[in-house]
Amino acid sequence: MLLKAALLNVELLLSLLAVGFVVGTIVAVLQVYGGRVLGVLAFVFEWVFRSIPPLVLLFLVYFGPERFGLSISRFLSATIALGLCSSGYQSQIFRGAIQSISSGQMMAARALGMSRTCAIASVILPQALRLSIPGWSNEFSGVMKDTTLAYVVGYNELLRSARAIMDRHYDAAMLSFLTVAIIFLVLTYTGNRALGWLEERTRIPGLQVAGWSEEGHS
Amino acid sequence: MSFLFKWEWLPKMASGLVVTVEVTATCIAIGIVLGVLLALGRVYGRRPISLPCSLFIQFFRGTPLLVQLFIIYYGLPNWGIRLPAFVSGILALGLNTAAYQAEYFRGAIQSVKKGQMLAARSLGMSLTQSIRFVILPQALRLVIPAWSNELILMLKSSSIIYLVTIYDIMGVSQKIAARHFNYFDVYVVAALFYLALVLIVSLLLRLLEHRVQIPGLGVHADRR
Amino acid sequence: MNTPLLKVEDIHKRYGNEEVLRGVSFEVNRGETKVFIGPSGTGKSTLLRCVNQLTPPDKGQVFLEGTEVTHHKSDINRLRASIGFVFQDFNLFAHLTAMQNVSIGPSKVTRMHKEQAQARALAELERVGLGDKANAYPAQLSGGQQQRVSIARALAMDPKLILFDEPTSALDPELIGEVLEVMIELAREGMTMLCVTHEMGFARSVANEIIFMEHGVIVEQGPPQQMFTNPQHQRTGEFLRKISELYGETEK
Repeated sequence: MLLKAALLNVELLLSLLAVGFVVGTIVAVLQVYGGRVLGVLAFVFEWVFRSIPPLVLLFLVYFGPERFGLSISRFLSATIALGLCSSGYQSQIFRGAIQSISSGQMMAARALGMSRTCAIASVILPQALRLSIPGWSNEFSGVMKDTTLAYVVGYNELLRSARAIMDRHYDAAMLSFLTVAIIFLVLTYTGNRALGWLEERTRIPGLQVAGWSEEGHS
Repeated sequence: MSFLFKWEWLPKMASGLVVTVEVTATCIAIGIVLGVLLALGRVYGRRPISLPCSLFIQFFRGTPLLVQLFIIYYGLPNWGIRLPAFVSGILALGLNTAAYQAEYFRGAIQSVKKGQMLAARSLGMSLTQSIRFVILPQALRLVIPAWSNELILMLKSSSIIYLVTIYDIMGVSQKIAARHFNYFDVYVVAALFYLALVLIVSLLLRLLEHRVQIPGLGVHADRR
Repeated sequence: MNTPLLKVEDIHKRYGNEEVLRGVSFEVNRGETKVFIGPSGTGKSTLLRCVNQLTPPDKGQVFLEGTEVTHHKSDINRLRASIGFVFQDFNLFAHLTAMQNVSIGPSKVTRMHKEQAQARALAELERVGLGDKANAYPAQLSGGQQQRVSIARALAMDPKLILFDEPTSALDPELIGEVLEVMIELAREGMTMLCVTHEMGFARSVANEIIFMEHGVIVEQGPPQQMFTNPQHQRTGEFLRKISELYGETEK
């Protein structure tokens, strides 16, 4: 039963990462290429969502729609709230990667006649995304653990299920929570291996950020 | 559409703010002391010391904070250890941050140039003296950017302590919200409190980094 | 003066598959300056590090005034305190000023009173010509100045002998002179010194003996006069000629 609940965590994880990815990329691009106004707005956006505790945001997104007469599912509110939080960090990662790509790349793209958008999409981003993989792996592990926070809005994920077990069998508390812990250790390990594989598959010789430790790879 | 937050709730929220700061400060302190010890254990200790340190770090970094909190608060009683709520919360947060800080310290210790240790030993300093007078003073300066990150994260993570009935910002907010059936607005104010805290702490950390800076002892490292 | 100050016996050291030192033995008497020369990678630096155990040898023994340094029960910290070591990369403590770099040894290791240590530090800094740079951090000093501070740091410990591991190799050419000046003065004042260096002018003017090493063994050793004008081995002569051409000679 716990394992089924774990799947719910994974589901949440993937959706919120997707939200974070899309929003994060846009915010990062806006900060680097967006000009004064958009750039500042994007910067503030990133800062706010990196500084606000995920718990607070969860409650805000969960209770917010009610205030305005709408209702929202637990899954959706968790996805949006945690996704936004993640977007703040992902944007920071992507921004760093984009900025580390030499300006010569953009110049060459424009010289060929590409529009800015085209250049960003076909030249800058493909490189930036590959460079982001190490930092993004960090974020991935962090977010995986944050999915348990959905507990507070009643989302029936792993921790809540374990808690339910505890409520029924008080002396199984330690056991059930330790199991949850082990499940997470396994998930984290698998996730990291998968990301390592992704990094290998998408590696382009010569494309590296100075300063990332690459021991054991090349 | 009016803002339903009543100003008279502010003092209560402020008291929650104080608790948040207290909790964060205590946990960070635990984290620094334990973190440095763990890092030293991993870098300079032999197998019997470095292995447990490693395992501790891997466990507390690899599992969610909430799970750790529940293990300590709900699970330990199963083994006959019943800790008061406040202690459970602080313990969970403290151990968790210690593991993360240990990794940052380890990175900083290992990025101190190797020649520094050689020079210290060649003067006749013992390993303890070398660590104390040469390695740590440099490592502690090098670790500040990464560590600042962790401090901010702790500030935010401290919010989970409301689950063990501690009245920090989240705890107070929840109490007010439940009593007056006003969730959204109260949490907006809570959010503003946190944002303000983060801003102030970030500025203070910048100041700290500036104050202890030594020319040539640079942080060219990546800011994650 | 019957016991040599330093006695090194049959040192062997292997790194992986490579045997870097294959049985090196020599002696140094008080007040002598011995210079090690030879092609790069022949283990000269390793040899120096074996003397103060920064790199423990695989086999062989080192005796400082009769006390065995290599013994597993020896108080290595106390022994190291009486052997000065000057590194190629200076290795000044980056978080301390010049004065603090020089005084930390006396105050923490030999346990001098803080004020005494500082006074001593200042004296040594002036001895190497850097009294006015006492409050500068290493990053604010030139390479030559850093190396001189590092020599002061070694001197502040009142060492019985000083080991110099290619002290000028990491310096820009115009900064080499100021460091060699300090070293020559030290030698003239009677300090016992072991130097690994390519500076032939220095060797010629102050060395009591030049030791030529190649492939982990001592090929030949003798007074500078003899080594330069009448070497016993062909290799010695070849090497000395090549080095003298490359590095020129500092006339002192």
